[in-house]
Amino acid sequence: MSMRVFEGFKFSKLPTPIHNMDPRAKFVMILAVAVAALLFSDILPLAVIFATVPPMTVLAKSSRRWAASMKGAAMLAAIIFIMNFITGSTLTYAVAMTLRFLTLVSSFSLFFMTTSPDDLGLALERLGMPYSLTFTFTTAVRLVPTIASDAQTVIDTQKSRGLELEKGNPLKRVRNYIPILIPLIVSAIRRSIELAEALESRGFGASEKREPLVVLKLRRTDLAVIAATIALFSLTLYVRFYVPLPVVESQIRMPKILPF
Amino acid sequence: MIEIDDLSFTFPNGYKALNGVDLTISDSEFIALMGENGAGKTTLIKHLNGLLKPTRGDVTVDGVNTKRASVASISRKVGLVFQNPDHQLFCETVREEVAFALRNFGHKEDVISKRVQWILQTLDLSQYADSSPFTLSGGERKRVALASVLAWDPKYIILDEPTIGQDYLQKDRLRNFLLQLTSQGKTVLIVTHDVEFVAECKPTIVLLSKGKVVGQGPSEEILTNPEVVDRCSLTLPQIAQLTRRLEPYGADKKIIDVYSAISEVKRLIRRHR
Repeated sequence: MSMRVFEGFKFSKLPTPIHNMDPRAKFVMILAVAVAALLFSDILPLAVIFATVPPMTVLAKSSRRWAASMKGAAMLAAIIFIMNFITGSTLTYAVAMTLRFLTLVSSFSLFFMTTSPDDLGLALERLGMPYSLTFTFTTAVRLVPTIASDAQTVIDTQKSRGLELEKGNPLKRVRNYIPILIPLIVSAIRRSIELAEALESRGFGASEKREPLVVLKLRRTDLAVIAATIALFSLTLYVRFYVPLPVVESQIRMPKILPF
Repeated sequence: MIEIDDLSFTFPNGYKALNGVDLTISDSEFIALMGENGAGKTTLIKHLNGLLKPTRGDVTVDGVNTKRASVASISRKVGLVFQNPDHQLFCETVREEVAFALRNFGHKEDVISKRVQWILQTLDLSQYADSSPFTLSGGERKRVALASVLAWDPKYIILDEPTIGQDYLQKDRLRNFLLQLTSQGKTVLIVTHDVEFVAECKPTIVLLSKGKVVGQGPSEEILTNPEVVDRCSLTLPQIAQLTRRLEPYGADKKIIDVYSAISEVKRLIRRHR
């Protein structure tokens, strides 16, 4: 189990136009990509939508980490492809569904790679979410890398006690993870209790109304991005419902071997 | 014997933690690995049982290169006790926790129960044998973690920050226990910032700074050298500070433990009477 999957969802501060965007504008953009991917189920439009993500990762100087998240998603993508294919879908449909999945993963990976948890919390608060909820959310996001590094330490510790994760039959291999999971869960709970106590001793929730130090402001470029996204998304909707797209369809199917 | 030859290690993110470390750990030696935070101490000890493999150079344990052996096989000889016990405790009882590694190494049940009993007694944990490790105090959990490694009787015992969270009585017991282990021919290596603990144990000190060995020698030499100590973000042990101030009156400044200090002070009193 590699912790590298998390790399593709971990925020790192870089001076790029994507990072500097207002989180709300960025979210609108990412959401448009994700919804567009859900609107279509043909291979051609899905390929076009998927192709919009890599240029953005280049702009955000995060292509390598995006590739890591793709590598992490590869296993699940393969399962989606195989499940679609063996249950009687055509080859093109199976590829299309895999592309849809990869588009969703990529767009959200890009969002989380380029948006700091703090900005995200501020944005959610501006959208009217109660502070205790946004705080829980940002803390959860921020703890992911910490817990990933904890997991690595736990694995190291148990390996030093002679645990061999890859040893034994499949059932034994699953059981091998018990010595990893229990300490990880226990230390996460301990950590959260300590965090709660530390927060309360620092006056968390003392005043009803909070005044944020940093106030998010939509700049002209952010407004332009939102406008462009709305325009492109409307165009996508129009294409989806009124323009007949050329159909790329191979009739290659898996021979029916399963009884469904 | 553990031989570390020109060991360098760079993490996947590009951070160079170790930079050309050469070190030989002889049998039945007692070593304290010291150095500032981020010096590379934990990274170095993770190489000794093969958890990390060198980016450059070699680590050999009794002639076996760690690059060519599994962690489980090296661990039979090299017992590594991590800093935070909460990263390893998972069983329902202390007894089971201590037996875990013994089962992994394929010992027979009767051997396991004898070993468990022996180590729980040695580390003053017998009364907790059937308690859940999670209900114990921090210091006790730390001792359970230590017991769970010592139970398989490794030849080399490596402890990461063993004194953290221990009260003075337990520290004293730990010190006696470590000295007892070395007298039985075990090799003990501790990673620590605790100069007072080291001053009382008087092991060989290896100083690590920015991924390099910057000093090595007897405790009396290293811990009484203010420049070296300062370089590694340590302070002189209290006794060394005392004898340093008594130096103008003829005291030997290379004294770091209480008992030698007492006889030195007595000598001075007699002389100045």
